[in-house]
Amino acid sequence: MELLNAFVVLSNFVLIPAIAYGSQLALGALGVTLIYGILRFSNFAHGDTMAFGTMVVVLVTWLFQSWGINLGPLPTALLALPFGIAGCAALVLLTDRMVYRFYRVQKAKPVILVIVSMGVMFIMNGLVRFIIGPDDQQFADGERFIVSVRTFKKLTGLDEGLAIRTTQGITVVTAVIVVAVLFWFLNRTRTGKSMRAYSDNEDLALLSGINPERVVLYTWLIVAALATVAGTLYGLDKTFKPFTFFQLLLPIFAAAIVGGLGSPLGAIAGGFVIAFSEVTVTYAWKKVLGYALPEGLEPTGLVQLLSTDYKFAVSFVILLVVLLFRPTGLFKGKSV
Amino acid sequence: MSDTVKKFGLFAGVGALILLTGVLQSWNSALLILNMGLISAVMALGVNLQWGFAGLFNVGVMGFVALGGLATVLVSTDPVPGAWSSGGVRIVLGLILGAATVVLAALAHRRMAKGKTRAVVVLAILVVGFFLYRGVFDPGVAGVEAINPAAAGNLGGLGLPVLLAWPVGGVLAAGVAWIIGKTALGLRSDYLAIATLGIAEIIIAVMKNEDWLARGVKNVIGLPRPVPYEVDLQASSAFVERAAGLGLDPTTASTLWVKLLYAGLFTVVLLILLWMAQRALHSPWGRMMRAIRDNEVAAEAMGKDVTRRHLQVFILGSAVCGIAGAMMTTLDGQLTPGTYQPLRFTFLIWVMVIVGGSGNNLGAVLGGFLIWFLWVQVEPMGLWLMQTITSNMADGSALKSHLIDSAAHMRLLTMGVILLLVLRFSPRGLIPEK
Repeated sequence: MELLNAFVVLSNFVLIPAIAYGSQLALGALGVTLIYGILRFSNFAHGDTMAFGTMVVVLVTWLFQSWGINLGPLPTALLALPFGIAGCAALVLLTDRMVYRFYRVQKAKPVILVIVSMGVMFIMNGLVRFIIGPDDQQFADGERFIVSVRTFKKLTGLDEGLAIRTTQGITVVTAVIVVAVLFWFLNRTRTGKSMRAYSDNEDLALLSGINPERVVLYTWLIVAALATVAGTLYGLDKTFKPFTFFQLLLPIFAAAIVGGLGSPLGAIAGGFVIAFSEVTVTYAWKKVLGYALPEGLEPTGLVQLLSTDYKFAVSFVILLVVLLFRPTGLFKGKSV
Repeated sequence: MSDTVKKFGLFAGVGALILLTGVLQSWNSALLILNMGLISAVMALGVNLQWGFAGLFNVGVMGFVALGGLATVLVSTDPVPGAWSSGGVRIVLGLILGAATVVLAALAHRRMAKGKTRAVVVLAILVVGFFLYRGVFDPGVAGVEAINPAAAGNLGGLGLPVLLAWPVGGVLAAGVAWIIGKTALGLRSDYLAIATLGIAEIIIAVMKNEDWLARGVKNVIGLPRPVPYEVDLQASSAFVERAAGLGLDPTTASTLWVKLLYAGLFTVVLLILLWMAQRALHSPWGRMMRAIRDNEVAAEAMGKDVTRRHLQVFILGSAVCGIAGAMMTTLDGQLTPGTYQPLRFTFLIWVMVIVGGSGNNLGAVLGGFLIWFLWVQVEPMGLWLMQTITSNMADGSALKSHLIDSAAHMRLLTMGVILLLVLRFSPRGLIPEK
């Protein structure tokens, strides 16, 4: 019984939040890694791309809510998601046409493109703040819990409760679907294969008649979709605030690099590695240990390794360790 | 010759913009822009040293600026009575223990043969060291933070003159830059960028949460000043007389005079650093740095130690940013870790360097002044623009009030547009490198 309680507490505060957060990071890191693989630069504007897509979703959600359209127990935001993706895709395609293409044609050095993406970051950040403002926005509705603490306790008779929020469930389900579709696309379709070929060896791909502009177009479309989905899930699960999305850049990049930049599978693994380390290191283990350890050995302190505010430090240390010991990441990424 | 004329013209143009602010708005705001412009120019010099000279992509400027601010508190505030005896010593001891653990683990990793034993030993050292460190460190923190938490709760400083904090800020930033450079400089350019971005966030997180250090988000206010206080000036009859002689009322005169004194101090620092940077650029060392930047492999083949030179210039540039940070905190008279934001303290400095002309010290200084001027003035301009656009709309319409409220966010948009335009049409900046 004691061990069961320990496991329930662990699931409630560590496993479930980390799985949800990891899925969100993985989707974000997939976008970063795709841009790196195909367009060959680290996109600093990715956090703000996510914020823009999410902003469109939030606005459309509000519109639907005012019309009285909803999905019952599910959040209305799911209905608004396609509109968000479309808006985000329009924005990134416009950016590519007006900004990035010039440097691509010139074959500019990757670091120049990174600086260019800094400019894009400023613009997108300004745009989002201009349209929706810098404050927190609530847009989650529908049923709050799939399993609430009270029902769980009543069902199992345990002392400790387990809550699974709807947003957490939706996050995981959506992430699985999106990743499955993405891998099917990359591995099975002609366009996906040409994208992978282009990423592996640009010259050979061009030689075999792959149209680079088409590859780039599809990449941006996929990136816009991934960014919007990741941003919306994060926003539903936590809250939508433009600055938070900018700050997500760090764990997302850490996830992509830890997994190996340019490797989609690595991005997913990296996302979960970062999320689990962040949550476990900043969680106070007192309660879990109290149940798990035999009588008399219960800890007196909180048993929190680091305070929650240092979660950036966690992703950063992992990043550094991986870079020092395995520079291409867990899954062999590319190193341009 | 025309080159000199162009440079002179550009600087005169920015000077005229600031003067125009004085005439049209107020001399107070003109001097504010001038002072922050001077500080921004120093920061831009530091980034130019790293990026323009050596091609190092450091996006952790914010962290070094904040460290300079921390130095101001640690040097100039008075020590908190009893803080050292009630826990300060333990804190220092704990930090030493922590550092020793890391060093020991690194040594073990280097000395022992590769294999499972090594991994286990290194891990054991780290785990045991961490708990030892927490065991010594935590009670010390609790002791220090318990002392008068409403007004102090930190270790306090050394009570030394605040001007001393500027070089100390540089040294502190240089020390941290050394640690970072040792671990991260071997990385590729965009990895280094992510690494420095993370380090800056961590430095800010430490400053926000370690209350014993500089009170965290409770802020340290009322830092000592290197210049007289306005109140004292207004009380001095000699000053009031002189102000009256110039036709100014004592309040305005005192605020202007204080700002002018700051401007004088900052100008001295900027000129010294600019002179040093120019000498460095035109020395054999500067040529070597640029050679490394343009072709690392060739420079290495010529026998240049690329890693060491990178470390050197990374430390120097970070130190300059630290000095600027200390100057800024001195000017503000307070340290507020919550206000450090990467867009303002890292990426804006980058815009300054790129727009001014990377690789050219004068360009970086010009960029510092120009971009700071725009950063301040875009907001009123945006407000004016929005009011013009919405002048035909009905009063009280939602769109109108939204547009006017959002005018404040125009500045980020403008900075992005400026950066992209310069990168596209004049990628070498306003004053290009020779």
